Amino acid sequence: MLIISEKMSNTVLHIENVSKRYILNQKGNSNDDLRDTITRMTTKVLKPSQSKMEKEEFWALRNINMEVKQGDRLGLVGANGAGKSTLLKVLSQITQPTSGIVKVRGRMASLLEVGTGFHPELTGRENIFLNGAILGMQKSEIIKHFDAIVDFAGIEKFIDTPVKRYSSGMYVRLGFAIAAHLEPEILVVDEVLAVGDADFQKKSIGKMRDVSNSGRTLIFVSHNLTAVQGLCNKGAYLRSGELIKYGKIDEVVNEYVKNVSKFQLTQNWEDREKAPGNDFVRIKSIHLIPKSDILQDNFDTRTAFEISFEYWNLVSDAELNVSIFLYSMTGECIFNVGDDAKIYQKGIVKSSCNIPGDFLNDGSYYISIMIVRDRIAPVYFFEDALAFDILDHREGTDWYGKWPGSIRPKMIVVNSEQKELL
Amino acid sequence: MNSKERIITANKSTIDYILDIWQSKELLWILAKRDILVKYKQTILGVGWSVFRPLITTIVMAFAFGKIGSLDTNTSIPFILVVAPGVIVWLFFSQSLLNMSMSIVMNANLVTKVFFPRLIIPLSTVFLGLVDVLISIGLFIFLCVYYQFLPDWKIIFVPVFVLLTFFATFGIGLITAVLNVKFRDIGQIIPFIIQFGFFISPVGYLTSSAASKFSNPLAYKIFLLNPVTGCIDAMRWAMLGDFAKFNWESFLPLIAFIIVTFFVSFRFFRKHENSFVDYI
Repeated sequence: MLIISEKMSNTVLHIENVSKRYILNQKGNSNDDLRDTITRMTTKVLKPSQSKMEKEEFWALRNINMEVKQGDRLGLVGANGAGKSTLLKVLSQITQPTSGIVKVRGRMASLLEVGTGFHPELTGRENIFLNGAILGMQKSEIIKHFDAIVDFAGIEKFIDTPVKRYSSGMYVRLGFAIAAHLEPEILVVDEVLAVGDADFQKKSIGKMRDVSNSGRTLIFVSHNLTAVQGLCNKGAYLRSGELIKYGKIDEVVNEYVKNVSKFQLTQNWEDREKAPGNDFVRIKSIHLIPKSDILQDNFDTRTAFEISFEYWNLVSDAELNVSIFLYSMTGECIFNVGDDAKIYQKGIVKSSCNIPGDFLNDGSYYISIMIVRDRIAPVYFFEDALAFDILDHREGTDWYGKWPGSIRPKMIVVNSEQKELL
Repeated sequence: MNSKERIITANKSTIDYILDIWQSKELLWILAKRDILVKYKQTILGVGWSVFRPLITTIVMAFAFGKIGSLDTNTSIPFILVVAPGVIVWLFFSQSLLNMSMSIVMNANLVTKVFFPRLIIPLSTVFLGLVDVLISIGLFIFLCVYYQFLPDWKIIFVPVFVLLTFFATFGIGLITAVLNVKFRDIGQIIPFIIQFGFFISPVGYLTSSAASKFSNPLAYKIFLLNPVTGCIDAMRWAMLGDFAKFNWESFLPLIAFIIVTFFVSFRFFRKHENSFVDYI
């Protein structure tokens, strides 16, 4: 009995069967004006059945059940429109659930935006008090933290300048500094890392770590999976308003990546006539084979892999070579490698290429293949043959911002030593 | 750790709601302070505007209705003093109504990002008007000194009638604020109502002088139903010594109007406040 009650008291957030429905009018709700409503009300009276037809329901959340314990750091992941933000809005009481119950124990503050309610005409000082009050701080608390806020934001000189004269960086720093000095038992944070430079991101993640280290509860939404994995211990994966998986963060993130990535690790054509190509060559198959057993389904930056493909050569005594292009998500070519031209007879030709681990950076990539005749004439260019994602993997660092660059080669080592003592 | 448990569900009791408002009183005050601070930022005259507007309005009204409209012929006190209470009430009413009806939409960034009882927003707009009322009353005292006019003890009722004016505005303001979220037509209608409302309210003339102009007694009854008429009549009674009699004919409709609109608008607001975020 005692154990049960202790368990219960650990739960700070209890979400039970929470659903949120939006009514979409086919005519479009956003442009609803008075005339439309009056027309609709009239038609409703005249033909009640017809107006019902116009309504379309949209469930932003469907029967969400979750228990969040004190000290948990919960990361919400999911594609755009999966319901993450709606869930945060329900939790922070901005919008009410259509059905279901949320029980919250303790003071909750939500940070859905940095600098909510800042008034451009007011000075930094005035805005600190305004924003603090909006976020739910008492005046005494704001006074207590005032110097720390100004210091954290680094805006001492501009404290009496209207914030409309601030640079966007100063604005964001001030906004975050205020939020960082909230002392809620539960902190709800939405995608604030998307703004600001690397230094700011580092600072804000550090601050969120402090929150969780002090035994408070954190609920965090971000598209930066690295940050989510680094910061959270629990994860919840939402898809189309439904809770797909809830549990340890690594398992949840893996499940999510498996679901969303545009993985196309293999393509095969049994029928030569239907295979991509032309009268000279036709592609038979192409595979991407991971050479590590760390992750079965996903690639991370450590994974070495082999690109292997086969094609039909339809011309005798053809002098052919292949050229492999690797592109980043943005369409930039990372590298292009080829082999030496050789004479091939009619039949199947097999080529392969090994990509070492600890070489590419995390991100999405795709591969194109070109078959070249007589060293100069492209015979067939097979574009976007494969697509794959490389997940991030880091050890021994507290930094979770996006690692810059297209490649992250471990073979390039930086050496430093103490050269001289003062 | 705070062991109080909060429950977020589709319905909330009125008592909890009022408690929530009470807990947010600091926010109410700071939003009001923001509106007051922002109003005169980057203006040369600053708070001077709060003096000039009622002053110029009063002088122009006294001239237009008194001299051109020849209404000042049979008044025992300077006509400008007769106009002043009307201008005070009218400016407070029209300003508050306009601010209130726009309040939710103007604070869309707060409504969509933070939780607090939404009633705080329209409530906070009233303070701006109250500051102007205080300044106008100061001006009235100045005019009294200038014209050597001494109001009697009834002047202590002025705050009561300011409060009643507030409640009369509150009912309409709350309903229009809610409607404005979904129908921005309200933003067009309100200035229009204020414009012609000025002429059907006894701002520049006396209710008693209007009475004789109505050939149809029913039209006069309708004229008296205007809550602003009740407010202005009461204010004149309080501010102008024995110049104006207490007009129950316009005061009772005002009280009835306040009671009805207060409860209706409060319920209407509560019913819709949770959907603001979905429509704004």
